[in-house]
Amino acid sequence: MAQGMTRRASLLLGLGAMAPGLGRAEAAPVAVVIEEFAFTPAEIKITRGTKVVWTNKDDEPHTVSDATAKKAFKSQALDKGETFSLVFQEAGTFAYFCSLHPHMMGTVVVT
Amino acid sequence: MTEVSRRDALTCMLWAGTGVVWSVAGGIPRAASAATNGDFSFVQISDSHIGFNGPPNMDVPGTLNLAITKLKDVRGPTSLLLHTGDVSHLSRPAQFDTADQIIGTSGMDAHFVPGEHDVLEDDGKKFFERFTKAGARGYYSFDQGGVHFIGLNNVQNLKSGGLGLLGAEQLAWLERDLAGRAASQPIVVFAHIPLWTVYAQWGWGTEDSAQALTYLKRFGSVTVLNGHIHQVMQKVEGTVAFHSAMSTAFPQPAPGTAPNPGPMKNVAPGQLNTLLGITRVHEVAGKGPLAIIDTPLMG
Repeated sequence: MAQGMTRRASLLLGLGAMAPGLGRAEAAPVAVVIEEFAFTPAEIKITRGTKVVWTNKDDEPHTVSDATAKKAFKSQALDKGETFSLVFQEAGTFAYFCSLHPHMMGTVVVT
Repeated sequence: MTEVSRRDALTCMLWAGTGVVWSVAGGIPRAASAATNGDFSFVQISDSHIGFNGPPNMDVPGTLNLAITKLKDVRGPTSLLLHTGDVSHLSRPAQFDTADQIIGTSGMDAHFVPGEHDVLEDDGKKFFERFTKAGARGYYSFDQGGVHFIGLNNVQNLKSGGLGLLGAEQLAWLERDLAGRAASQPIVVFAHIPLWTVYAQWGWGTEDSAQALTYLKRFGSVTVLNGHIHQVMQKVEGTVAFHSAMSTAFPQPAPGTAPNPGPMKNVAPGQLNTLLGITRVHEVAGKGPLAIIDTPLMG
């Protein structure tokens, strides 16, 4: 499963690399913890090119899924201890949620 | 509807594990004698979560096995078994194998609907191919013992901040499925997530269930069985009785009694099997409602 997620993340990285912003210095990764059925912090503010890493600390599986109809990204179900990462290359506000527990919501604001 | 017939329609039975039989009339539970001499019954199990491995249950296949053994004691002559979803914890083929094998030992005619844990891969295709052969999208209906059974899928395409979802396509199918059916035929609907809002803050409800219920309103006896919340809860609305079953894997907290709906981890030793269980549903001859009896694995 970890390999699959790495592949998925790499794919998005590749897509991102084609977008404007290529060559910008990458900021340090930003961590979001999934715990007690919540994304913490629920909102993060990052600059373009920053990698966000989600880590599930619950016994319950969770996903990180695009909340919009575009469904641009969706992690596999993350078991306890598993991670998912994405690099955000474009500015904007990206709402996401857990597709298993839709009341779990988070936002990434990219400037 | 007069108050008397309404009260009749509101009767259902709950055996809460201590051997007491409760009759719930008008939403008010009261002790009563058992009236289980009907013509037809079936059993329900739910939320076996094969693949879960943590407190409070390190042997989820073991408790499913125990539930199946228990079924043999309480099922009576019926061969019909409903599973209301979350067969597996992570939709893995090996987890489906284990569940299939254990449930198969019951020798019963098992019908499944998906839980959100069963459709994590491939949009649920693997689950549907294996467990809902009668419905390629996880919903289907069949008749048995004079009762019309409808299995629904309300665990896919969930929206951010939302609840369970049936979707327009499934609702249209349901309307067609019920069209022209005699209002006197008892209906049993089974789906994973409750079709009434138990607790919206935890997503325990189905967004478009009201639409489904409009199609069911004209029937004299409608029983809606769910899982997902790992505890017994009941609600009666007109001629519709809602009932959620215990899990065979782990209990979850009552709505609002914990910060989140995760497994109750601090279960006292020996208490786990009093919080897991099976459900037997009995058609009471000459009455609208079906009698529902929940039996814990122990206690």
